[in-house]
Amino acid sequence: MQILDRRLNPSGRSLPNRQRFLRRAKSLVQEAVRDASAKRDIRNADEGGEVSIPLHGIREPSFHHGSGGIRDHVLPGNKEYREGDEIPRPPSGGGGGGSEGSPDGSGEDNFRFVLTREEFLSLFLDDLELPDMAKRRLVDGTDPAWHRAGYSVSGSPANLALGRTMRNSMSRRIALKRPKPEAVQALEEEIAALEGDPAQAERVLELRAELERMLQRTRLIPWIDPIDVRYRRFEPVPRPVAQAVMFCLMDVSGSMTEDMKDLAKRFYTLLFIFLQRRYKHVEIVFIRHTHEASEVDEETFFHSRETGGTLVSTALEEMQKVVADRYPPAEWNIYAAQASDGDNAAGDSQKTARLLVDTILPACQYYAYIEVGREGEHGIPGFPRGPTDLWRTYEALVTAGAPLAMKKVRHRREIFPVFRELFAKRGVLEGANA
Amino acid sequence: MNAALEDRLLYQGADWDFGTLMRIHDACAEIAGDELGLDWYPNRIEVISAEQMLDAYASTGLPLFYRHWSFGKHFAQHEALYRRGLRGLAYEIVINSDPCVSYVMEENTATLQALVIAHAAFGHNHFFKNSRLFREWTDAKGILDYLEFAKGYVQSCEEQHGEPAVERILDSAHALMNYGVHRHRRRAPDLQSEQKRERERREHDEQMYNVLWSTMPEKAAAPPTRSEEERRRVLLQLPQENILYFLEKSAPRLAPWQREILRIVRNVAQYFLPQRQTKVMNEGCATYVHHRILNRLHEQGRISDGALLEALHSHTSVIMQPEFDDQRYSGMNPYALGFAMMSDIERIATRPTEEDREWFPDFAGCGDAMPVLRHAWAEFRDESFILQFLSPKLMRDLKLFHVLDDTAQPVLRVEAMHDERGYRRLRRALARQYDPALTDPDIQVVDVDLSGDRRLILEHQATGGRLLEEQEARQVLRHLASLWGYDVLLREVDQGSGASLREHAVSPPR
Repeated sequence: MQILDRRLNPSGRSLPNRQRFLRRAKSLVQEAVRDASAKRDIRNADEGGEVSIPLHGIREPSFHHGSGGIRDHVLPGNKEYREGDEIPRPPSGGGGGGSEGSPDGSGEDNFRFVLTREEFLSLFLDDLELPDMAKRRLVDGTDPAWHRAGYSVSGSPANLALGRTMRNSMSRRIALKRPKPEAVQALEEEIAALEGDPAQAERVLELRAELERMLQRTRLIPWIDPIDVRYRRFEPVPRPVAQAVMFCLMDVSGSMTEDMKDLAKRFYTLLFIFLQRRYKHVEIVFIRHTHEASEVDEETFFHSRETGGTLVSTALEEMQKVVADRYPPAEWNIYAAQASDGDNAAGDSQKTARLLVDTILPACQYYAYIEVGREGEHGIPGFPRGPTDLWRTYEALVTAGAPLAMKKVRHRREIFPVFRELFAKRGVLEGANA
Repeated sequence: MNAALEDRLLYQGADWDFGTLMRIHDACAEIAGDELGLDWYPNRIEVISAEQMLDAYASTGLPLFYRHWSFGKHFAQHEALYRRGLRGLAYEIVINSDPCVSYVMEENTATLQALVIAHAAFGHNHFFKNSRLFREWTDAKGILDYLEFAKGYVQSCEEQHGEPAVERILDSAHALMNYGVHRHRRRAPDLQSEQKRERERREHDEQMYNVLWSTMPEKAAAPPTRSEEERRRVLLQLPQENILYFLEKSAPRLAPWQREILRIVRNVAQYFLPQRQTKVMNEGCATYVHHRILNRLHEQGRISDGALLEALHSHTSVIMQPEFDDQRYSGMNPYALGFAMMSDIERIATRPTEEDREWFPDFAGCGDAMPVLRHAWAEFRDESFILQFLSPKLMRDLKLFHVLDDTAQPVLRVEAMHDERGYRRLRRALARQYDPALTDPDIQVVDVDLSGDRRLILEHQATGGRLLEEQEARQVLRHLASLWGYDVLLREVDQGSGASLREHAVSPPR
């Protein structure tokens, strides 16, 4: 009888199998990840979590009987049946006990399992890149990078600088005149050659004394002395950290419905995850506007209602103010995403365009405009709907060469493709957005 | 008095340490040896964490196994269920090896550990060591070393030929895993010599004569004679029910390492064959043994009343048998049926009724159930065990009834129930459900078209008009074709009349 404690065995033994499985089901899992991420809050959208993929994609087939034919079932729990009774066939197609023994005949169609945060993100953000992540600055309190910085006399064995140690050892041996092994050997040979020759007895004695002195010196002067030993030294160097702030601008006037806000939220979520992946610190600023703008928290941003007109420029002014107060563009990577249904008060467009070009865009790494619309809004026969005010304004800016990305979204299933188009690696989707 | 009583207790409360496990094991061993007359392999108990338990689940309970995505899939699935709290983990996993390895979870309470040790380290262990099927079909001494070898071999193949190539072979082999077993005895397995044989294979393969490659011109294009067909069948050992074995020996386009991987999968399948044939008995034996041991420990005052109640709580949930119209019903629970039959044999041996004396004259009232049980555990498998030992009383207790489902008829018919007229038919029908020859489709390699396009021909002997599930069958055939390298034809024929019911033809992927 033996008892073994296996609990301390390295965990993650199943990791290679898991990686193989994820690789195998990659396209299915990727799709599931996109679906799952649509259902979450912005701030915890990047946690790992349960996803569900269709079973047929990863089935391991085997020969087994299909339905049909004659089969026998022996079942427990008879209550009323007598021999010869006839029982109507259960509707699910299975026999008395179901073809696989489950009476309702329904198997599980989906395969559910849990992804870790890392797996989730790498699948989710596969082959996307952030445009223009430039500014970095030194921040305290982040983990430093270790750089080589000379040698030290103390350190861990792993950092032993062997070459330097041996060099020290050699110079010390030369300086202290430690006899070389060859010299000792030569002397010994000489003694051996002369020994037994009475004429040389005196010489032998002399040589023996010499040898004795040499050996003693060898013992006294070690091959490697602790004072020779050197270790590679490393020094902590603060690492420049890239930090980002993300501005969410949204029109909350009456014309924006809950559906539209939901679309916008999904887009912001994606952007937030993406930024968090690339930057150590990401902050979010929510600015909503009607005919006036204010900075609010996430809950208010998405859920409380406001009435009023629509002045887009107020949001930009608010953003400008926040940037000036808290996020100096020299130190922060600023990303902004604006969502709107495209309405803007007549006459405000000029001001909006000017604000954007003069102050906002130069400070931003990236500015994305998402125009949300109702599903099926376009294509109502007889009511052709042209581009909205804001769209026209921004389009003009883009044509003039402003670094602005714009897209229309009408259904939640479009969010992911639109996001990918906006952030696709250059070359992958060259020119997908103007 | 009280202090003296407490001294006898093996443990108190839920906590345990290795000393506790040791005491429990020794106390169980005493009862199992002296009172039950069990005979077991030396025990090795390994304490593992929940994650390691999930891991063991995923690789079909084997402690070390080669790598394959399907194990990752199973792990993910079990993990998700476990995390959502939908499923608890098994308290133990036990491996048919010598010494017999039982995994116990660190989360178990002391009582559960006692239950698990009695169940696995004595119940299952005794069954593994004594059951004829296990003795003849598995090599308990060699299995752990063989798995080590298999793991290393698959890994070296991956390094040499790339993961995708190995994965393809394993996928195909797994699809045919159920058809990689010999159901009829050839010779005792000897896994220890497997490694040596692998080395020899390569040398042998270079000189191997494969009739499929024979290109010698024949004298004249005479119509194939009866004797030629006979000769071919003998050369290729046809018909062959072990499809993986056939492919390993005769598939013309496999590389030696691919044949070796087929052999590994085949050996593992063979190792599990007895488990599949003795599920009811194996679990019944283990459950009966832990029930006896724990009750005895309690009688001896070595576990407390609370501990016994906790053990009984686990015990009853394990042997719960939902009735057929219950939401939770998913077939007969092997623990329930097994335990019920073992207890019933005990009852017949010690307190028989007139009916029992009539049905089981050779042991009714013999007074001691253990010799009867030990004999049954050693010599029977599920099918024959049920056929022999299921008593009318138990059929009444379980309220068993037999339903015939013929899709040609609009209604199901109750063929037999638990009454005087039905007992024997009912018992036969239940036994048939545990006969692998009837539950698994009977598929064999029957011929190879040697004069033509080397097409491999298989036959499914369909009973009762039950055909294969078409979509999956085609997928498996695609795997088969990719191993064989040429076209594959599966004929489904009616077993009685020999009439052809359906054909599936599949070409190998290009």
